[in-house]
Amino acid sequence: MVSFLRFLINGISLGSVYAVIALGYTMVYGIAKMLNFAHGDVIMVGAYISYCAMQYMGLPPIVSVLAAMVVCTALGVIIEGLAYRPLRQAASLSVLITAIGVSYFLQNVALLIWGSNPKNFNSVFSVGAIRLFGGELVITSETMLTIAANIVIMIALTLFTGRTKMGKAMRAVSEDKGAAELMGINVNRTISMTFAIGSALAAIAGVLLCSAYPTLQPTTGSMPGIKAFTAAVFGGIGSIPGAMIGGLLLGVIEILGKAYISTELGDALVFAMLIIVLLFKPAGLMGKPMREKV
Amino acid sequence: MKMKKKTLSNLITYAIVILAFVLCQWLIASGRMTRSLKGQMVPICVYVVMAVSLNLVVGISGELSLGHAGFMSVGAFAGVIASAWMAGAFAMENELLRLLLAMVVGGVVAGVAGVLIGIPVLRLRGDYLAIVTLAFGEIIRNVLNCLYFSLEGSRLHVSFNNPNLPGTILVNGPNGAKDVAKIATFPVGFALILFTLFVVLNLINSRSGRAIMASRDNRIAAEAMGINVTKYKMMAFVTSAVLAGMAGALYGLNFSTITAAKFKFDTSILVLVFVVLGGIGNIRGSIIAAALLTVLPELLRAFNDYRMLIYAIVLILVMLATNNPTIRGLFTRLVPQKHSGTEIVEAKGGAEE
Amino acid sequence: MSESIKRRSATKMVPAPSHGIIPERDLLSTPVLEARHLGIEFGGLKAVEDFNLIIGKTEIAGLIGPNGAGKTTVFNLLTKVYQPTMGTIMVNGRDTAGMNTVQANKLGIARTFQNIRLFDNMTVEDNVRIGLHNQIRYGMFTGILRMPGYWKQERQQHLKALELLSLFDMQDVANVRAGSLPYGAQRRLEIVRALATNPSLLLLDEPAAGMNPHETEELMNNIIKIRDQFQIAILLIEHDMNLVMGICEGICVLNYGKIIAKGTAEEVQNNPVVIEAYLGKKKEG
Repeated sequence: MVSFLRFLINGISLGSVYAVIALGYTMVYGIAKMLNFAHGDVIMVGAYISYCAMQYMGLPPIVSVLAAMVVCTALGVIIEGLAYRPLRQAASLSVLITAIGVSYFLQNVALLIWGSNPKNFNSVFSVGAIRLFGGELVITSETMLTIAANIVIMIALTLFTGRTKMGKAMRAVSEDKGAAELMGINVNRTISMTFAIGSALAAIAGVLLCSAYPTLQPTTGSMPGIKAFTAAVFGGIGSIPGAMIGGLLLGVIEILGKAYISTELGDALVFAMLIIVLLFKPAGLMGKPMREKV
Repeated sequence: MKMKKKTLSNLITYAIVILAFVLCQWLIASGRMTRSLKGQMVPICVYVVMAVSLNLVVGISGELSLGHAGFMSVGAFAGVIASAWMAGAFAMENELLRLLLAMVVGGVVAGVAGVLIGIPVLRLRGDYLAIVTLAFGEIIRNVLNCLYFSLEGSRLHVSFNNPNLPGTILVNGPNGAKDVAKIATFPVGFALILFTLFVVLNLINSRSGRAIMASRDNRIAAEAMGINVTKYKMMAFVTSAVLAGMAGALYGLNFSTITAAKFKFDTSILVLVFVVLGGIGNIRGSIIAAALLTVLPELLRAFNDYRMLIYAIVLILVMLATNNPTIRGLFTRLVPQKHSGTEIVEAKGGAEE
Repeated sequence: MSESIKRRSATKMVPAPSHGIIPERDLLSTPVLEARHLGIEFGGLKAVEDFNLIIGKTEIAGLIGPNGAGKTTVFNLLTKVYQPTMGTIMVNGRDTAGMNTVQANKLGIARTFQNIRLFDNMTVEDNVRIGLHNQIRYGMFTGILRMPGYWKQERQQHLKALELLSLFDMQDVANVRAGSLPYGAQRRLEIVRALATNPSLLLLDEPAAGMNPHETEELMNNIIKIRDQFQIAILLIEHDMNLVMGICEGICVLNYGKIIAKGTAEEVQNNPVVIEAYLGKKKEG
């Protein structure tokens, strides 16, 4: 029972990281209608920046996180402007191939800069842990911070898209780019803004991910990236609470699957979930179905 | 007039392949080819077949598949096991026959996998379809890591997640297959390329091929014309899987060890780079791109560190260029009236449908 | 024949679906289309409601109405792009319940699209050959192995495609990429492609859109020619009233998803409800 609780808490912790990544995916997919395959690699860049800031420049953890957010935000906006914006009218096949290209580009640049040896990422948070059941069940500070960060981010994003002018513009662009443009909304700037927010979230996700799983490599972001996309689809792409629920569920399923079914097949389970969700509920748990105009 | 043009274009493609083969054979016979390059001959054939077969799905059928290496791995393991079984159980000495049969087995098993995967995948569209092919590629790799095969006399044992099998171990879970009899040869690789071209080019220029391309260009119109879109997408997908499986078997029997890790997502992307660089829908382009990009890193060793980086940049630049109206306009003026398969296809976004 | 009359008189028990649009020459044959109480809802919104229409075997019928009246939705229902939430559709006396678009086409319904949907990257001839897909057939392996059947059927398909293209004098552009044709020619190609599926009912969605008066005139002649030559029924959506009033034997007026009038051109034109909803503005202008 205690071990089940431990797996559950680990699952929620991992799921919270997925949820933060999924929020970035869901915003970009909801507004720009494209699968930003490189999102996972922005996470990796964020983790490296934070690592370098702490390791080589001796900056305090909070500053390193802020530095990572600034760099990733800039990176996201640059990627969008250079690689994705020219393809706004292009077929989705071309956009996806470009995004895969960007993903490989980031991974290989990271490989050239930081090498392939895994870096040992020191946790950004060093508060104590909660011990329950006579120390058998440990809830680490990373877990608590991850969950807290996840909740704060979700509330902030919901308020942002619901209350602010830019948030409303985002929703308008998501519904109909052409009509939004006619209403005087700067579509390019809105999409840039979406990438900026998504990438800043990716930086936070990177730090959270590496605090929980401290090996940092150029490929660190790709698997969690794909899984977080699964989470976003699971929850209903474009939906902010959906991304959170999807992320949590997926994290729990993965950890429990690895614990009780097979370690080797943990990833396969997650992907099987993706396939099942897409086949039977393609709009996800909280998404709305769309139909093509004939 | 048009028939002649298409036929001529196809004949040129065959001619290029045959000439390249003759040239390579001459280089090998006259001792002008380095050993390392000679070792690349079979992989080149394998990647050419992989690229052409992926182009059938991406270019002709218009669906982005990111799990093509999965079919290759299925074919590789099926072929390696079949070859060892034929040698062990029937004492089949003839290596050529064993290789050909192993390739058939690899193709059939990959084809079955193609059907099983195609049924769910082809119900999806656009980005979702692409992501699910990626998911299946990863699932195949995970499952292969859990599979164990052994040969006891003429009996083949299989187990899932249990390494304790009687007899000689053929496939050892994540450690893959060891001491594989290296029976793959360059001439057979060349023959496989010709076979692939024959199948793919003849398919494109037939009633079925036109239905596949119509389904790509406009799904709704194709259905309104009485075309069973799913059937034809399936036809392209499974044909492609069979060819990838045959290539996989050839690949598996070219090395003494083979593990599922060799068929990672990176391999699928590598093949996609060949297809994109050769021109989506352009079969001849795929052949040239696959051959050149497999040889080049061998020739330019120093450039190896930057290889994937350059591929990534190539992917982005080719996509930006082919979608740029100015460049496209220039291109269509230079090459007027291209064959129907050679244009960048228009796939609608998954979310819209 | 007598059976079909019996069935039609039996339908008289429910509210009469048609008011004598069917021309006299078609009265004795099974109607090509019989839609009864057809309707569809999109999330509670009734896009089409209680739509009743009978089209005779060689009738040219028009479906008109203001923008957003639900005309294209009717086409999508008839071709099974959307599954109706209410009512039945009979094609040549057969119920289409549960069928999909492909099956509806095989049963004899072919259509064109308001926003042209050609196979842009294929040649004009190949577009028509797609229409012939279910007329001249051979399997995948016959094609790959180039068996004798392949050469024979390909030849047949080629000749048939050219013959159909010659209807609109398009045989000279057979090898041109369909996407590079001028707009009017694309509309004509869509009609040829639909005809190639050997339909008994041809649905034309705004065939004259974007055409000049001269082209429209030619199109009207061609529509009549197609009907006479192929002996099929044609239902068309069109905003060009000269075309509709000029060639349609029966006209059905749709507004807010409901039929507000049915009859001959003259009857419809003089119907005060129609004038109020739609034609009134047209007449003043």
